[in-house]
Amino acid sequence: MKSFAAQFNERAEVVTHDLRHRQTIQTALGKYEVQRDKGKAAYQSWESARQLAAETKWDAINHLDRYLEEFVDKLEARGTKVYWATTGQQARDLIMGIIGNKKARCIVKSKAMTAEEIHLNDALEHAGFEVVESDLGEYIVQLRKEAPYHIVFPAMHLTRRDISELFERELGSAPTDNPEELTMIARRALRKKYLEADIGITGANFAIAETGMISITENEGNARLTAALPRVMISLLGIEKILPRMGDLALFLPMLATAGTGQPLTCYNSLYGGPRQADEPDGPEEYHVVLIDNRRTELLADAEQRDALHCIRCGACLNVCPIYRNVGGHTYGTTYSGPIGSVITPHLRGLQDWKHLSSASSLCGACTETCPVKIDLHHHLLQNRRNAVQEKPGVLMKLVFQAFAFLMNSPGCYKAIRLVSRAMQPFHRFVKGTRLDPMYAWTKTRDLPPVASQTFKEYWRTRA
Amino acid sequence: MTVTLFIPCFVDLMYPRVGISMVRILEKLGHKIEYPEELTCCGQPAFNSGFWDESRAVAVNVLRRLQNAEVVVIASGSCGAMLKVFYPELFAGTGHARQASLLAEKCFEFSDFLVTRLGVTDVGARFPARVTFHDGCHGLRELGKKKPARDLLARVRDLTLVEMKDAETCCGFGGTFAAKFPMISTAMAEVKCASAFETKADYIVSNDSSCLMQVQGLLDRQGSPLKTIHLAEVLAQS
Repeated sequence: MKSFAAQFNERAEVVTHDLRHRQTIQTALGKYEVQRDKGKAAYQSWESARQLAAETKWDAINHLDRYLEEFVDKLEARGTKVYWATTGQQARDLIMGIIGNKKARCIVKSKAMTAEEIHLNDALEHAGFEVVESDLGEYIVQLRKEAPYHIVFPAMHLTRRDISELFERELGSAPTDNPEELTMIARRALRKKYLEADIGITGANFAIAETGMISITENEGNARLTAALPRVMISLLGIEKILPRMGDLALFLPMLATAGTGQPLTCYNSLYGGPRQADEPDGPEEYHVVLIDNRRTELLADAEQRDALHCIRCGACLNVCPIYRNVGGHTYGTTYSGPIGSVITPHLRGLQDWKHLSSASSLCGACTETCPVKIDLHHHLLQNRRNAVQEKPGVLMKLVFQAFAFLMNSPGCYKAIRLVSRAMQPFHRFVKGTRLDPMYAWTKTRDLPPVASQTFKEYWRTRA
Repeated sequence: MTVTLFIPCFVDLMYPRVGISMVRILEKLGHKIEYPEELTCCGQPAFNSGFWDESRAVAVNVLRRLQNAEVVVIASGSCGAMLKVFYPELFAGTGHARQASLLAEKCFEFSDFLVTRLGVTDVGARFPARVTFHDGCHGLRELGKKKPARDLLARVRDLTLVEMKDAETCCGFGGTFAAKFPMISTAMAEVKCASAFETKADYIVSNDSSCLMQVQGLLDRQGSPLKTIHLAEVLAQS
């Protein structure tokens, strides 16, 4: 099998040459930027809000042990069953165990990146269950048998026409490019599933320690139906989702919405704290919460990059990333794409296998600048590069950089290189842009300026 | 004052006019120029590639040679960020940590030096052209300087500055990134050049020759009439 790095390069090669694809993403994200800026303008000080959000998450992550216990105690007190999963496999097994004795057939699911992370749908389908994604974007990519393209906009790479064709093929609907009609087609199909479903699975946007509740924020009302209609509700969430206090939502819900989609607030914001209580008319009979580590604690142990656990999965760093905007979400081959994905995937899935993502960045810092919880994203990419080299320096690259250091420290050698380059220059045009060209990586697509007839050092000598 | 120039390798070899322009402007303002010829590189290529030991081997000579300088002016926002922001990180916990933070305090990117340190925005330049300005990412986000270059351009006679859409978006150079991921790097440059082209400018101006090498490299390949020029060269015209 090809390495993940080779697969990344191959897919990047394809998308960077697919102008239509790049245009689709860039147009969509251009609209997002306009909305986001409008949203940010509603804050008295977006920067102060970022600072407060970062400090709140810092407190949550640095006292995770305490807050998680508080969260779990409160949840259990209302009859919720809480489970701790160290690995993805354990989480899948736990969820299978919960579902296994319920004689369930159909499972309806709302958007949860943690479920993508542990490939929950595959496992459930393999065990013979029907799983239906209820978020419109997720439903679309599920019908296409694709992974979500983006943390927040799973189907942003598709045009209305693509979606219409998909629905014609999979649901037998009539062609239309009207977004409302397309939504209604999906809605009709999904409503049936909500009523049939025995189990509802959700993720969580925040886990409130103070009250022992999870907060889910969404725009379609699908998570509410997923949570309210089936008999059994299961929520799967990473341990880093903690917020200390209920009051923190007053900051985090609007910030997540603004950074994520440019909205002042998402349309539906719900809190879930347990199964139906004796005095309540509705809600699930059983509520199960699965907390997953899946190597997050390793990130927690890394003092330098611990702030990556602040992430609220808003996707803002993807949206502004010029790499993401030109290679697209599927190129990464990871659950979490874009800058945050490049930072955390090496921690979650192995540094040597995923270090290429940290190299595939110009380190422009647009991600760090936009992050609502102030994760030092692009510097973490640098640290991943350093860690990868420290752990396993490639022999060839080690030699290259030793030679580089020697050359830059030796004026005689540097001068010799200058003279040789100048002497070779007239011959460069014979190989320029071909594979024989030592500068091929550059000259394949770009011209290279010549070595000046008088360099700055030579000029300086003439002054002496 | 005595200004010590730091001229990175690519400016020395391919864009000497940038350095020469800086010398002329600073001398015109009455400063004495010192140029340590033995310094060629700040060590950033190794640093960015994760080879911090090799980077330190280069950087330590820069530290040593510049420790007695009154002020260091750097012909690139990117190398400027390396000396000012990344040296303290590179040397953290080593015997050179203090030296690195002392050097950081007296390092300036060229336009920042003129505007922030000297308080000069008008250097008497005249450049009759329509230009757009590209913010190099390191100067913009590591050094946090967006204004100085624009303050200087605003005082250039006969010059019209037209901001492009996404002036702050990376051109795709990124050092070794440009050679390691040429397809992504080039795609980013395409986006940048298209934004610049829309402004109908004659020139793309920047304070980083590395960005301009990337942008000009693609413009030449595309056969575009757009040209690039370093801010220092604009300021040296009269």
